[in-house]
Amino acid sequence: MRTVDLARTSLRELNAELHRQTEGANETGFVVLNPRGGHAIAVGIDAPVDVQIKGSVGYYCAGMNKKASVTVHGSAGPGVAENMMSGRVVVMGDASQYAGATGRGGLLVIEGNASSRCGISMKGIDIVVRGNIGHMSAFMAQSGNLVVLGDAGDALGDSIYEARLFVRGKVKRLGADCIEKEMRAEHHEALAKLLEAAGIRGVASTEFRRYGSARKLYNFNIDNADAY
Amino acid sequence: MTYHNPPTTPRFSSTFDAYTLSEIRRAAATGIYDIRGGGAKRKIPHFDDLLFLGASMSRYPLEGYREKCGTNVVLGSRFAKKPVELKIPITIAGMSFGSLSAQAKEALGRGASIAGTSTTTGDGGMTPEERGQSKTLVYQYLPSRYGMNPDDLRKADCIEVVVGQGAKPGGGGMLLGQKISDRVAEMRNLPKGIDQRSACRHPDWTGPDDLEIKIMELREITDWEKPIYVKIGGARPYYDVALAVKAGADVVVVDGMQGGTAATQEVFIEHVGQPTLACIRPAVQALQDLGMHRKVQLVVSGGIRNGADVAKALALGADAVAIGTAALVALGDNDPALEPEYKKLNTTAGAYDDWHEGQDPAGITTQTPELAARLDPVRAGRRLANYLKVMTLEAQTIARAAGHNHVHNLEPEDLCALTIEAAAMARVPLAGTSWIPGQGGV
Repeated sequence: MRTVDLARTSLRELNAELHRQTEGANETGFVVLNPRGGHAIAVGIDAPVDVQIKGSVGYYCAGMNKKASVTVHGSAGPGVAENMMSGRVVVMGDASQYAGATGRGGLLVIEGNASSRCGISMKGIDIVVRGNIGHMSAFMAQSGNLVVLGDAGDALGDSIYEARLFVRGKVKRLGADCIEKEMRAEHHEALAKLLEAAGIRGVASTEFRRYGSARKLYNFNIDNADAY
Repeated sequence: MTYHNPPTTPRFSSTFDAYTLSEIRRAAATGIYDIRGGGAKRKIPHFDDLLFLGASMSRYPLEGYREKCGTNVVLGSRFAKKPVELKIPITIAGMSFGSLSAQAKEALGRGASIAGTSTTTGDGGMTPEERGQSKTLVYQYLPSRYGMNPDDLRKADCIEVVVGQGAKPGGGGMLLGQKISDRVAEMRNLPKGIDQRSACRHPDWTGPDDLEIKIMELREITDWEKPIYVKIGGARPYYDVALAVKAGADVVVVDGMQGGTAATQEVFIEHVGQPTLACIRPAVQALQDLGMHRKVQLVVSGGIRNGADVAKALALGADAVAIGTAALVALGDNDPALEPEYKKLNTTAGAYDDWHEGQDPAGITTQTPELAARLDPVRAGRRLANYLKVMTLEAQTIARAAGHNHVHNLEPEDLCALTIEAAAMARVPLAGTSWIPGQGGV
């Protein structure tokens, strides 16, 4: 386990060291001290390393992550795990806007709340939020799963494509072309696996409702113009 | 007494001209706005409204075929560890795989590489054909993030953060379902056959302060190696360029309203954004006011057609230009040899712009395999290389005639304008006077 103190080491040195790690490298564990809300911490990792960040981070922490496991022992600023490809990112506190934006794979777990536009334009990532999520979440979400144990804000899933949304609490309002859908056996099974992967115990898939695309806006039709 | 009442010639309205009338009828019949490709088609002040003065008593010219006139340009020297050097200051603008066939993208890469310049990806990601054939490839980072991944980001030579484009500043895009082949759908993580909307703004940042952090993230991910461009549409060039510099751009690309698009509403293309000619001087002034002219490079695009346009853009302060529509024409777009097929599509060679429909008989703006197979990437790439060489020779010819041993030594003082509008926009004197409208002088 290697410790990198950002009070003494530059961000560039930290990220360069993380980029030097490859599959099968000896150094697989990193502890990052004094992140102090810094931006772009642990971005662009492409190796199965474990990074424990002891404090809150700024924008784009773990951006474009591949294979790595990154845990933020604090809260995260905008765009945490943006465009993540694979691996696992956990935020022990709250996350700001655009959490998991455009993510293509991997699992993002937010133990607190997530702000607006959580999962915007998601393209295959799985996101599990223990608390609530803000407005316009899963906007133009293409694929992947967004699981929310709390409530969802306004215009959930606006202009959604094929992503699946599971919400346990209230939804303030669904966005354009987003509708409630039946929870079939396959959805219960998938949701149970996601909850387990996120380390969430004592919550059953039957407590959730599923939302997804009505697919009415998939091809432009002038008679649907009022929906936009 | 009887009066002879001779018939008058039927009088057509300038306001309600034939095109306008046809558009009203089309809108009434279909209930939907017109979508097309390309840039603004209306006549607006352009490089044709400028002239070079040439050498005279106070300046001596360089010998056309003997004395050297450099054309190379270095892009990305501000922050990037690996700036790129191009042999010529004419680059290929971003155009997506999806809007263009894989063969067309490969041809662009081949032609650009032969000529010693760069080509650029587009919405939809990087294809192996394009990367393989492009010596220098600029990877566009777009709001939709279709096809975006860190592996391709690292394979690129430069990264271009697209804020806007000249055909539609403030607008997103739409790739209609008929062009969504299996491969395009897979690259974009969407089902086949549905309309694919490209967002008008980025999903994880808004405004210049956020952009500064986003650029820093991209630099960290790519270990500060690659030049980062910021591309903007011709909206508010002075402030937009200043903010792009503040955000940390190595290169700023300014795209005027003649710059093309794969598909956008006609009303957007023709009524939003400024002419390329009107964008250059404010962009240059922003760089000069910040002490960054020639340190942050300026690339200008939108309606560049020949070496004279290149020379004029450089004389006004650009470091390089980018071409899109002209490059497609060089590949074979709108070729009169295909006139019978254009007629079947109710258009004519030279006017075909329904690129979004995917029926391009030239095999360029299509995903239909039989049509795309018509374009030979090797031959089309050669044609593009020829065209780029001609443009370069033309620009050199003008630069030598003005007495310059490098095209970057061209300057506004080499120019005059034919119209008051062009004089005001380009900030050069009206021909025969020393008057620059808005700048004083008589």
